[in-house]
Amino acid sequence: MGSAESSAPDGSAAPVDRTGPAEPAGRDGPRTDAGASPAHGADAGGAPAVALRDVVKRFGSFTAVDGLDLEVPTGTVFGLLGPNGAGKSTTMKMLTAQSRADSGEITVLGHPVPRASKRARAEMGVVPQHDNLDEELTVRENLEVFTHLYRVPRARRAESVDRGLRLAHLEDRPDLRADKLSGGMRRRLLIVRGLVHRPRLVLLDEPTVGLDPQVRQELWGLITELRAEGVTVLMSTHYIEEAERLADVVALMAKGRVVSQGVPADLIARHAGSTVEEFPVEPGARADEIEERVAAAGLATRRTGATLSVLRADAMPESLRDSLGRGNARAGNLEDVFVTLTGERVE
Amino acid sequence: MSPDTRTRGGSSADAAPAVQVPPGRFELAPIAGVLAREWALYRRSWKPTTFASIVEPVIMLLAFGVGLGSLVGAIGGYDYIHFLGTGIVATSVLFTSMFPGLIDTYVRRVFQHTYDGMLAAPVDVRELVTGEASWIACKAGVYGCAPLLVAIAFGLPASWAMLLVPVIAFVTGFGFALTGIWMSAAVPSIKTMDYIISGVITPLFLIAGTFFPIGTLPGWAQAVAKVNPLYHCVELVRGTAFGIGVGEAALHFAALFAFVAVAWCLAVFQMHRKLID
Repeated sequence: MGSAESSAPDGSAAPVDRTGPAEPAGRDGPRTDAGASPAHGADAGGAPAVALRDVVKRFGSFTAVDGLDLEVPTGTVFGLLGPNGAGKSTTMKMLTAQSRADSGEITVLGHPVPRASKRARAEMGVVPQHDNLDEELTVRENLEVFTHLYRVPRARRAESVDRGLRLAHLEDRPDLRADKLSGGMRRRLLIVRGLVHRPRLVLLDEPTVGLDPQVRQELWGLITELRAEGVTVLMSTHYIEEAERLADVVALMAKGRVVSQGVPADLIARHAGSTVEEFPVEPGARADEIEERVAAAGLATRRTGATLSVLRADAMPESLRDSLGRGNARAGNLEDVFVTLTGERVE
Repeated sequence: MSPDTRTRGGSSADAAPAVQVPPGRFELAPIAGVLAREWALYRRSWKPTTFASIVEPVIMLLAFGVGLGSLVGAIGGYDYIHFLGTGIVATSVLFTSMFPGLIDTYVRRVFQHTYDGMLAAPVDVRELVTGEASWIACKAGVYGCAPLLVAIAFGLPASWAMLLVPVIAFVTGFGFALTGIWMSAAVPSIKTMDYIISGVITPLFLIAGTFFPIGTLPGWAQAVAKVNPLYHCVELVRGTAFGIGVGEAALHFAALFAFVAVAWCLAVFQMHRKLID
């Protein structure tokens, strides 16, 4: 962590900087254009789906959420990205009133929380981080139970369960007991269980944590389908790639606050540059020396394992280029942004 | 990308059913939801549950009633097996309500995270607690009748008043289920439950007039028995078999209702502390 220091703004004192507006990115255009042409003022619902203002949550002397301001625009897939302990899960729990803020204001789908939290909970779906499927029950029964808990009218329960089975790609094994499902199937069931009542807002707390990459990609497909339906998705994750690929807007969270928020491509362009070059660091003192030279040229660096990454390498002055040579070029990513802004690593 | 996911377009007819009541109101719908889950689980587990809930009290009744009964003969003018059969209804209710309240609730809260999932749905803690306790009480109400049926088979005269036994068993079971839920949320770890099982449940079921009339106990123990909710259950069940004054029955019912009210408050308060940060 300490070695990941960068010459960028001091993380602890960094003001919330918003790269680009927080409105949803244009749905119709290709995703890569999202950063370039955010749809100004095209926000369908007007009011944000979720709004937190100056929210503080303490556990004893530990402050988990420290004056958090957050607005999730209606219709977006919103990623809450940060390392473990950044306050993401606590934030999620406060949205369902399962954790009560010490101060600040929370509104979910227009309902003040926790006061009218039950109304908010009726209109949103929640996918918990901890798998809590009923193991003894079948796939279908697990869904049926939640149609009751979410008060789906009797006439629509069967249809709602069938839709869940289709969404989870479990339509050919509705009678399998949950404890017989594979990890990926369990997680898909866990997700669609929170969708039986067609919620307007879905909270996904670390939806793919602990799954292998292939299963993770399957789940991304499911989340993309939700986006296509116009459902607002608030997703916490500590996987960089997940946030970059799925989220229209990302809020980078560290130590209970949002340090920066915006369209992923904008954040990367602004804080890491489009190209990052990695230079191998031999055992010895060469890293410090390169860091000094790069800093003198006005560029930021961060240590990435056995290599030193130079951010905004596309803007490297010729003089520096001559002395450094050419490193391994790669695209900038949200981790570069995160480390640059906070000095902390995400994973 | 199944086609049905595309048909929505935000039409309100499809949207989640709104909760219309004022915020903070106690509702029945979440309790129905909790019960729906219990019913689904029960369909899986009814065989062992039924076996344990019926066979255990019946064996106890036969062993003590026939074995000990041959030595004791009669108590207070009643055949010992009839006296015992009515008493064991109460112990059966205690066991089928307190143990699930204590252990199942603990496991679901701590290990299975079941309640976290439910509370993320439009269900509040008091509705969750009420739903769980109601289900347990229903089972106690039904299974509690088994020893009485055995006693009837052994010659206890059936009476119309006995139709109240499921009601008595339900109310008592509701109270003890809530007590179990309260304690499950009060214990620091699952090992500490041994204190409750040996230190609370055992005296509860012995000092209640179940196996012997409390009149044989020393004065202080009689006083303890009077505040034991199970004693009031025993007296009511016995009353349906052997007769009881309406006023006296009303007092016993009042004691049970007071017990339920206190246990409900404790259970809801303690579960709220454990489930909501």
